[in-house]
Amino acid sequence: MPKVSMVVNGNKVSGDIDSRTLLVQFLREELRLTGTHVGCDTSQCGCCVVHVNGSSLKSCTVLAMSLEGANVVTIEGLAQDGKLHPMQEAFRENHGLQCGFCTPGMIMAAVDMVNRKGSNMDEATIRHELEGNICRCTGYHNIVKAIADGARNMAVAPQAAAAE
Amino acid sequence: MYAFTYHRPETARKATNLVAKVEDAKFLAGGMTLLPTMKQRLAAPTALIDLSTAEDLRGVELKGRNIVIGAMTRHFDVANSQIVKEKIPALADLAGMIGDPAVRHRGTIGGSVANNDPAADYPSACMALNATIITNKRKIPADEFFVGLFETALEEGELIVKISFPIPSKAAYEKFRNPASRYAIVGVFVAKKGSVARVAVTGAGSGGVFRPNRLEAALTAKFHPKGLDGLSFPAEGLNTDIHADAEYRAHLIMVMTRRAVAKALAK
Repeated sequence: MPKVSMVVNGNKVSGDIDSRTLLVQFLREELRLTGTHVGCDTSQCGCCVVHVNGSSLKSCTVLAMSLEGANVVTIEGLAQDGKLHPMQEAFRENHGLQCGFCTPGMIMAAVDMVNRKGSNMDEATIRHELEGNICRCTGYHNIVKAIADGARNMAVAPQAAAAE
Repeated sequence: MYAFTYHRPETARKATNLVAKVEDAKFLAGGMTLLPTMKQRLAAPTALIDLSTAEDLRGVELKGRNIVIGAMTRHFDVANSQIVKEKIPALADLAGMIGDPAVRHRGTIGGSVANNDPAADYPSACMALNATIITNKRKIPADEFFVGLFETALEEGELIVKISFPIPSKAAYEKFRNPASRYAIVGVFVAKKGSVARVAVTGAGSGGVFRPNRLEAALTAKFHPKGLDGLSFPAEGLNTDIHADAEYRAHLIMVMTRRAVAKALAK
């Protein structure tokens, strides 16, 4: 079987995998990083969003083999030294979840959004940028509040950059 | 997904050499359509030739009066390219409307054009801007490239290398999107270059992207929403599906064309 190597959450990892292994399968089944979820498996819902070389990607729609040498960050890679990332903390503070299934993808999409759009996003921008992430519980209201809050907090927290 | 062998050539030439040698091989660009199709077992190539490391297929350049975009350039990179934003802002706009942010980070212009989904955005820009699709073998005018639903003039093993867009004097894209899939129910790209107006419609035609000749003639006579006064679009030959029927799409073509012309004039 072909071999693939990449950096996941700062650790060098490699595996002998079937060519058809999707990134999300590699993360969940080989590396046992089960924080990244599979919701729809058709690149609609965004539960599987991770960062690859600094940009958000839907890990259910990319082959692990395509990411040889890539730098991948998953939800498990955000908290540092037992302290939640400001975006994770904002989701907790604002009750930005109910069942929690979409939350890892929401948070990874939110951090990517802040990286691209800055820390002062208005509500319309956040809602528009979230179009690739679906939540069946919350009605999005608290998710949007959490992202606005988390974005502001990332601007003052130095660890936000370190996680990338 | 059925098993396949995986190849990752570093250049376009190596990719086309491989596809000629390996039986039943398919190119993998961004994979935003091919991988979901393979998951559903609607496609089952025995080999994939991944173009993601072929650096020579990527990038945006200004060449005389054209913008030339490498086939593996991601939607995000077209949407944010300074050159595209300055010279053909309508094209940057269009790229920024495809899918969602994570999809735009992976999907490519060459992949979208080669796939020719009848509701995809890029084919309309290629036709309205009178682009040339440049492959490893030849140059194909957009008017001859898009043949039908998911069908193009590409031959077996032929690879899109880049696409050349002549810079228009005015252009704009307007899309009425399906709120769930974000694909165009109707998308209209209008462009004016010299005295000639070109219009291309995506999402609506039963044969894929097309140019509505009567609307082009009206806009060539008067490039203004008022130039379309009194005109309507026939519903024959348009798609009817769960999202919209043919009459609704016919109406939307006029609405989106007027909006696109207004937007092009406002720039």
